[in-house]
Amino acid sequence: MKQCVTPTGKLTAYGEQIWSKLSIDIKKELWKWMVRLRAYDQQCMVWSRQGKILTYAPYFGQEASQVGSAFALQPQDWLFPTYRDHGAAIVHGLPMKHSLFYWLGRIEGNRSGGKWRALPASVPIATHLLHAVGTAWAATLRNRPTVSLALFGDGATSEGDFHEACNLAGLKQLPVLFFCQNNRYAISTPFGEQSATETVVEKAHAYGFPGIRIDGNDVLVVYETVKHAAHKARLGNGPVLIEALTYRLGPHTMSDLPQRYRMMEEEREWNAREPLQRYQQLLLDQGVLNEQEVQETKRSCQQQVLESMNQVLHAASPPNTHLFAHVFAVLPRDLKKQRNEVVGRRGMDACFEYD
Amino acid sequence: MPVSNMIESIRDALGIALAADDDLLILGEDVGRYGGVFRATEGLQERYGPDRVIDMPLAESSIIGAAIGLALEGYKPVCEIQFLGFLYPGFEQLISHVSRIRYRTQGDYGMSMVIRAPMGSGVKSHELHSDSFESFYVHIPGIKVVVPSNPYDAKGLLLAAIDDPDPVIFLEPTALYRAEREEVPAEIYQIPLGAAKLVREGQDLTMIAWGGMVPVVKEAAVQLVEDQIQCEIIDIRSLYPFDQDLIVQSVKKTGRVIVVHEAPRTLGVGAEVAAMIQEQAFLFLEAPIMRVTGYDVPTPLGALEHVNRPDVNRIKKAVQQVLHY
Ligand SMILES: Cc1ncc(C[n+]2csc(CCOP(=O)(O)OP(=O)(O)O)c2C)c(N)n1
Repeated sequence: MKQCVTPTGKLTAYGEQIWSKLSIDIKKELWKWMVRLRAYDQQCMVWSRQGKILTYAPYFGQEASQVGSAFALQPQDWLFPTYRDHGAAIVHGLPMKHSLFYWLGRIEGNRSGGKWRALPASVPIATHLLHAVGTAWAATLRNRPTVSLALFGDGATSEGDFHEACNLAGLKQLPVLFFCQNNRYAISTPFGEQSATETVVEKAHAYGFPGIRIDGNDVLVVYETVKHAAHKARLGNGPVLIEALTYRLGPHTMSDLPQRYRMMEEEREWNAREPLQRYQQLLLDQGVLNEQEVQETKRSCQQQVLESMNQVLHAASPPNTHLFAHVFAVLPRDLKKQRNEVVGRRGMDACFEYD
Repeated sequence: MPVSNMIESIRDALGIALAADDDLLILGEDVGRYGGVFRATEGLQERYGPDRVIDMPLAESSIIGAAIGLALEGYKPVCEIQFLGFLYPGFEQLISHVSRIRYRTQGDYGMSMVIRAPMGSGVKSHELHSDSFESFYVHIPGIKVVVPSNPYDAKGLLLAAIDDPDPVIFLEPTALYRAEREEVPAEIYQIPLGAAKLVREGQDLTMIAWGGMVPVVKEAAVQLVEDQIQCEIIDIRSLYPFDQDLIVQSVKKTGRVIVVHEAPRTLGVGAEVAAMIQEQAFLFLEAPIMRVTGYDVPTPLGALEHVNRPDVNRIKKAVQQVLHY
């Protein structure tokens, strides 16, 4: 397992090399993103428990994987996230406000307007990996330096679509990065009950491309690995499977009870290996950060989350007719009739638009 | 008599079936140690062991496809698909194999298995967790489709489904899992597949519904009494085969019909019911058969769920239209 920063915040030998190459700006940005995403996620868990948003899938504990992977992308690159990867989506351009709309059960939150290249969170497991293969294929056909990053969990490797995506990407040697956050569990099922292989990475070899196993709670190694893999993919070296070893510190969703399938002891162990604390410690030790900056940043990130929620709560609610918006480019006649049935039933606002 | 909600009565039926038949296996994602995401199989792995209540890899094609082989060898698979909206990776196995092995082997092999899945809206769930695509399954020749609307029926229908020699899709309305408690006998009983239930008697109009729409229709009927309207209610419960006789008998009495379902209107089961009625009771009809349904749109996320899901007001409006045609 490749690692740059140990759980106690020390650089490994490999970490020293990477550290010396990175600018202070990047070192700090990686940290800031983790602070921001942590604030957002923690607050969403609270709001979900209070019933202010609907059920929520936290990425708590996986912030290094979320930030490190998406931060390594360039604006023209594609991101294909799951329901747990809104952290990565936010790093790639999704405004928090949009994410909040989504967790409030409002589909408008999915809109990107093409401003960042990502599809909305994919809910059916592993199905989106093939989409990344498609965009990567297009990049090859059009000879463009675009890579596609697909995020998924360890459980997803059991689905047929995972194997089909790897097979096709390997066959065509496409610029696609398969980034598996092995957080140990698919809801209650440990990886040991998904597969006879001990690791996810070893599967890559069967499809004709390399696999790299990294510490998914170490933002430096995640960033460096994805950046390097993306660089090589842009040069035509084909796909890579990255297995990031991490742990979901929160529940699967807010309706899950982790104590039904895992030990408190295990959670405590992983708490000690969580991503934000160790990296922050490193930055403090190296003099890149000071305590005051830590406190100020935490406060401003928290403020940003609350402000986003405020905007969302003050946005106009969708009219009933919004049910029919964007189902087709041009609404077929029959559907127009159905649409007329809901006009007038609570707040008609035909020109409802959302930015 | 013990009192249970629907999830408990389903668990009860599964426990009875596991005890009665050593070859019965429960297969699904998170059904073992976790007891299923809705707790339908809670405690069953402890009692019957991990070789009978089996945590499967996250792969629906594996669940349904491997169940076929197990069934060929005389096992009785009872599969749990976590949500109906996640069956699709296994749809190929269902439509190309499960439904037609009896036919393709000309009776050499049957495919006695049950596939259970939660479905429907009403709890503001996440994307794809609220779909109500029962029509897909009704449309596949060779498969039976059952949707209970209360704890008592859930147990009796599930035991009948498990006993059936052919494949049965057993759809469980998530909104009803914990909605009501009622007396459910502890002993074994079956409700025959293909028999509808007369839920309420009335002279003026027949309301036909199933699953999550049954309580909504019942509430509408109660409110309509204030307007001196007496509705008859039929819970189809078995969507394939469905009970044509009970429906026709009712229509001959009332002459007016509305069909209510959550699923999109076009090619919903309501269309089949309406077609059957006009074929068999045309001269008894006093008004066109009306449908109150979900719209032909993707099942919305939570915020607009209530607009798509038929409610008491939409049903009452349709009743007035049919009565004053
Ligand atoms: C095709 C499909 N089957 C089942 C589900 C239900 N489900 C949602 S998340 C999940 C577990 C996913 O585990 P993993 O891929 O490891 O990702 P994680 O949730 O741990 O991030 C399951 C079974 C689904 N969303 N899609």
